[in-house]
Amino acid sequence: MNSGAAQDWPRDIFDALAALDVRQVAYVPDAGHTELLARCAAARAVRMVLLTTEEEGIALLAGAWLGGERGVLLMQSSGIGNCLNMFSLARVCRFPLLVLVTMRGEAGEFNPWQLPMGRNAGELLRLAGVRVTRVDEAEQVGPAVAAAGRTAFAEPAGAAVLIAQRLVGVKSFDG
Amino acid sequence: MTSGRAETYPLRRREVVARLVADRGELLVVGGLGAPSWDLTAAGDHPLTFPLWGAMGGAAMIGLGLALARPTRRVLVVTGDGEMLMGLGALATIAVQAPANLAVVVLDNERYGETGMQATHTAGPTNLGAVAAGAGFPVVGDIFDQAQLEAALPRIRAEPGPVFFNIKVRAEDLPLVLPPKDGVHLKDRFRAALLGPAAIE
Repeated sequence: MNSGAAQDWPRDIFDALAALDVRQVAYVPDAGHTELLARCAAARAVRMVLLTTEEEGIALLAGAWLGGERGVLLMQSSGIGNCLNMFSLARVCRFPLLVLVTMRGEAGEFNPWQLPMGRNAGELLRLAGVRVTRVDEAEQVGPAVAAAGRTAFAEPAGAAVLIAQRLVGVKSFDG
Repeated sequence: MTSGRAETYPLRRREVVARLVADRGELLVVGGLGAPSWDLTAAGDHPLTFPLWGAMGGAAMIGLGLALARPTRRVLVVTGDGEMLMGLGALATIAVQAPANLAVVVLDNERYGETGMQATHTAGPTNLGAVAAGAGFPVVGDIFDQAQLEAALPRIRAEPGPVFFNIKVRAEDLPLVLPPKDGVHLKDRFRAALLGPAAIE
């Protein structure tokens, strides 16, 4: 089920975030981010901020940057739709915005309600002015996050990494 | 304009905000979209005020990110009832994080001021202080008059929080006093004032 098992890409993301000095991790839980979230929660220098909706994270990370801290926003693809107006905050003010998206609604998805945002998350991010990198291979994930983060904090601007559903595993309710 | 009780509330928003930021010292301020940001500007534009021209529903969360990043500085979010209603979930998120240095103050005129003074839910049964208390804020208060405001001011500025006060203010159309509109400028001047000039190089 998880074709990327040979490469521990959640650990690679964690290492990339640590190297970027990310201190605030904003998230709406997703099964695909379970290992990464556990690693972040165990890190003393990292503040975990559970959100009620993904758009809160964009505002949170704007405030963090005003205060001199870096952060990251984790979500599944359905969360992109919840963020659209709030992306304007990052774009107009040129806040850095690093977003890591685990994809739903791709090959093997059992829930048709995930399909619209699964198909459109990347394009919506681009329309909102966020640079998008999609990764389909486990060994690409860590380098993609490192590169997206460097660009996001240096420019500063929005950068998202979309992690293919085949790396996350396909959820089902019947095992 | 919707008529109702809010036209008779004694507190005037410009005077309230002037008191909130008087002798502001090290205070960091976020202004919610619309009239609260104009009120803050009327009280004196300041590099350590971040006034929002958009991002409706995001003011309290910007305050949270700032408060977590700078735990030794007091952070004050001044926003309106309409803006707060668009992001009620933020109250639960903030309560869970429990930053002691964050205060959220809502100027509640029971109206959407920028769109023609239409009634918000707080003109009806909705009580934002009760929402904040239910979300888990440890310090919550409602303010209706000058005496209550004076008693609350030191708590807003210094009491370990997170702190939430809902201030009922008169529904009134006031002259616009606008802050700079360029978001990059607002961000850069804030970071330079707080973190030093190297922060924007």
